[in-house]
Amino acid sequence: MPSANEPPIVSLRDVHQSFGDVEVLKGVSMDVPKGAVVCIIGPSGSGKSTLLRCINGLVPISRGSIRVGSFDVHSLRTDQEKIALRKEVSIVFQQYNLFPHKTALQNVMMAPIHVLKEDKDQVHVRAVALLKKVGLSAKADAYPGELSGGQQQRVAIARSLAMRPEVMLFDEITAALDPETVKEVLNTIRELAQDGMTCMLVTHEMRFAREIAHDVYFTDGGLIVESGPPAELFDRPKMERTRAFLSQIL
Amino acid sequence: MSRRRWNDALPRGTDLPVLMPSAMRLAAEAANERRSGSAALRLQPAHGVALLVLFMVGLGVAHAQAGAGDPSILATLWKWTPVLLGGFMFNLAISVMAMTIGTVSGMLLGFAQISLLPPVRNGAWLTTHFFRNAPWLVLLFYCMFLLPFQVTIFGVTIPIPDWIKATFGLALPVMANVSELLRGAVQSIPTTQWESAASLALTRRQTMWMIILPQCIKRMLPPWMNLYAILTMATVLTSIVGVAEMMTLTGRALSAENRPGLLLAFYSYVLFWFFLYCYPIARWTVRLEAKYAVDH
Repeated sequence: MPSANEPPIVSLRDVHQSFGDVEVLKGVSMDVPKGAVVCIIGPSGSGKSTLLRCINGLVPISRGSIRVGSFDVHSLRTDQEKIALRKEVSIVFQQYNLFPHKTALQNVMMAPIHVLKEDKDQVHVRAVALLKKVGLSAKADAYPGELSGGQQQRVAIARSLAMRPEVMLFDEITAALDPETVKEVLNTIRELAQDGMTCMLVTHEMRFAREIAHDVYFTDGGLIVESGPPAELFDRPKMERTRAFLSQIL
Repeated sequence: MSRRRWNDALPRGTDLPVLMPSAMRLAAEAANERRSGSAALRLQPAHGVALLVLFMVGLGVAHAQAGAGDPSILATLWKWTPVLLGGFMFNLAISVMAMTIGTVSGMLLGFAQISLLPPVRNGAWLTTHFFRNAPWLVLLFYCMFLLPFQVTIFGVTIPIPDWIKATFGLALPVMANVSELLRGAVQSIPTTQWESAASLALTRRQTMWMIILPQCIKRMLPPWMNLYAILTMATVLTSIVGVAEMMTLTGRALSAENRPGLLLAFYSYVLFWFFLYCYPIARWTVRLEAKYAVDH
């Protein structure tokens, strides 16, 4: 459960970001307490994915500030600085992005061995445990091409977890999956949340967001239109735009 | 990248801002690949049959023109075969050496082409495109006449025979083509692989060696073998600058025999040997291409 006294682990202040002439984020602010699960919902192109990418430094911001733990993400310039941040913040992508020439187990083991420089045997033990946790013990030696979308996505989650991050970002990770496999991936995230991992999800799974989130943010046109606990935002939306969006989707 | 170009890429690409850098890159890549599409060598069994027919016609011509006391055409070919094959081995030796030199230097040049440092990148780009677009024969002549016929290192004089110079001459276009192959292969790996590696905190160097290059090798192998087959056939160019390879020896054999009727048969015979060597490589390339097309 998130605690109210600690400082937030992720904190955004007036974040602006543009690609060329197109302003994608137009001043986004949010605080995510440690251990909280935050869902970001909104129409396509509203800047949700960009927001996540900004948080782990994949996309530089043009104005404002992003703090994650002890890092000022907006002022990280060198690769070394970004690498330090990315040990703390891990992202899982919509298209899984596993390394196709490595087995599931090798995918999970790679970063801890080569980035954290941990002992290979210990990493192996942990990787096997992580694959078990996401329900893929039997697929450890399979290549990504031999796995279903849902299985690949769970390997991707295990791969991120292997870095023992403080914060996990999930970028529409169920959007490319069929409805049945969505469930297995969501179950994995549910367990993570119960373990107290700080999670930020961009999602279109409203029912799941309502069930799991401590806070829900509705974004449109690069701005946060409305935010609040799921019960409030889904059942008693204050803004007209939020109502319109939810009536389309629910 | 300028803002202008991002917008140019938009109409054909995407209106999702997150995807814009990728869309722009892909558009540029596609244009580049259209511009520099490499020549593909596709030997078919039918080519072998055609060659055989040509050879038979050659035999017929030679037979018809043979004088009363001349030995049979097949016997003449057989007599010269050891000499010709000796020359052919020379062709193969030159091709293997030029390929080795060209591949090693081409990989280095290719890495320079994807360097993050603009001067290195631009220099490598210029070098690659100069040698890639220059006629092979011109490069061959350059090397023949610009390289010294001997070098003296620490008082030891090492002669450089013509065929070594010719090998360097052929290695230059190979280098440029390999450089372009590497650049193309690296850029054909989806950006998402770089992103995903970056988000796992891998450095650029680690990403290159552990994620990108292993995937590139598969993509590079078929065109690389194709390039080798083309190079092997280009080794006959060295006959023009006087290297004693198969073509040169065929010419000498023909002038020694002094029977114009043998011309067609002899040159078909030379073609036949090249076919015999290049055909398996071409088939193997096709098989690899099919295999890797399914894998991805």
